[in-house]
Amino acid sequence: MASLDGKMLRVVSGLSLVAERGQVTALLGANGAGKTTTLECAQGLQKRTGGTISLLGADPDTAGADLRARVGVMLQDGGLPPSARPIPLLRHVAGMYRNPMDVDALVERLGIDQFSRTTVRRLSGGQKQRLALAAALVGNPEILFLDEPSAGLDPQSRQMVFDLIAELRDAGMGIVLTTHLMDDAERLADYVYIIDGGHNVVEGTVAELLKHDHSSDTSMTDRTLYFDAPAGLDFAGVLGAGLQITETRSGSYTISGELTPNDLAALTAWWAERNILPASLRLEARSLEDVFLDISGRDLR
Amino acid sequence: MSKLLSPNAGPASLPRRIIQQGRYETITMLRNGEQLILAIVLPLMALIGLVVTPMLDGMGGSRVDVATPGILALCAMSTAFTGQGIATGFDRRYGVLRFLSTTPLGRGGLIAGKILAVLVVLFLQVLVVGAIAGLLGWQPRPEAWLPGLGLLVLGAAAFTALGLLVAGTVRPEATLAITNLLWILLGALGGIVVPAERLPALAQGIVQFLPSGALGEALRDAFLLGAVPLPAVVILLLWTVLAGAAAIRWFKWN
Repeated sequence: MASLDGKMLRVVSGLSLVAERGQVTALLGANGAGKTTTLECAQGLQKRTGGTISLLGADPDTAGADLRARVGVMLQDGGLPPSARPIPLLRHVAGMYRNPMDVDALVERLGIDQFSRTTVRRLSGGQKQRLALAAALVGNPEILFLDEPSAGLDPQSRQMVFDLIAELRDAGMGIVLTTHLMDDAERLADYVYIIDGGHNVVEGTVAELLKHDHSSDTSMTDRTLYFDAPAGLDFAGVLGAGLQITETRSGSYTISGELTPNDLAALTAWWAERNILPASLRLEARSLEDVFLDISGRDLR
Repeated sequence: MSKLLSPNAGPASLPRRIIQQGRYETITMLRNGEQLILAIVLPLMALIGLVVTPMLDGMGGSRVDVATPGILALCAMSTAFTGQGIATGFDRRYGVLRFLSTTPLGRGGLIAGKILAVLVVLFLQVLVVGAIAGLLGWQPRPEAWLPGLGLLVLGAAAFTALGLLVAGTVRPEATLAITNLLWILLGALGGIVVPAERLPALAQGIVQFLPSGALGEALRDAFLLGAVPLPAVVILLLWTVLAGAAAIRWFKWN
């Protein structure tokens, strides 16, 4: 549906991606990785210097009203006039479309009625986000571009927005979003492109990315066990071979590697023999964040 | 939500989009107190000032007859240049132009909507200023209205192009400063309300080439003499074309 290829500006080059209808496609990357630039080229807001983009079969740079009507856009900075009130603004945007959504129902669904008497200038960050999402949706688009949709949302609004995105996806809308939050991508995305330095480094479903080990050292695998117990325990012989055991702080242990259920049973039995009850115990799957950090490095850029 | 979604996405018709945007911009302008002061209150104060002082005596008509055409020209500058310029500058800052250009309205429709709003507000200004001037004894030639309104629209086009050029190229704070400063300078010394022959000698040679001087002169000729001065029309057309081309070339949407 939307495919991007080749060089764009100086910032983005060698980036290629495809987003499908009925899917949430996430562009994941650190600040400055080129996510917004990519999105804005696809929306026709930035002129690209090279490469090709096909949006519903057309070039966004020469898109007419017909194409724009089928594409909803939520910009990172909102793009809403500060002096406007939410509902008149939504009605105004709805007036640009032949067959807009029912504004009242949209307003209720996104909880905009709770702040309908406040001007955009005085809305909180999360309220602005919800209004911008409504403005992007009101025309009944087939494709929805969301630049950082969860920025500034409290947990309740985030859940509300995520539920809505999932519903729209299930109804067949193609959704492309950017985020630097791994959790967003894990919860929402059907397909993820990790972007770094203006090109895509890794792509796949969340499940595929979690399976794949991109790090050069093999320490990062499926599970990591964390627990707090008395300092200086030596239980290396209890566990299977090939596991890394580190005492990160005095009494805080991390075990990573190919952990098996037998390892867990052996460890707890060993604790029972010695009457040790850990103060905390946590088993974690490898997260998308680990994948991301492995790929783009752990240094701040 | 699924019941809200319907697969029949499409744009409203182009005229409907432009009228929608024009109406929205008009309401926004009329709700803004500073814009109203600039569009209505200051021109009316200038009108009354020119009627109660002898500044325009001996210009071939009553004070109000000489003053009113210039005040109408000032109204065009207020709305099309200063008011529209500032509003557009801040819309650009807040990303409103970018967002609207992703909707079916598009960039062309956005500009058309702004021009429509300028024309509607200008029409309201003409009604208010014309009515007050009428109370003060203004007696325009009836046959002057048609060319007079045509000249006002042309002047509004030139000033809109200039306002968009400023708004699209500098920061909104600078747009605010530049358009307000030019409004004061051109209003006082630009030949718009005070005819060129009443200005300092240095200014006289220049103002006829300014959009302010050309519009003021053309409207005075139309309403006082029933004539449309061709050079002034050509100068306004030139400003419209040049500023319009420059705005198209250099306007930055973000």
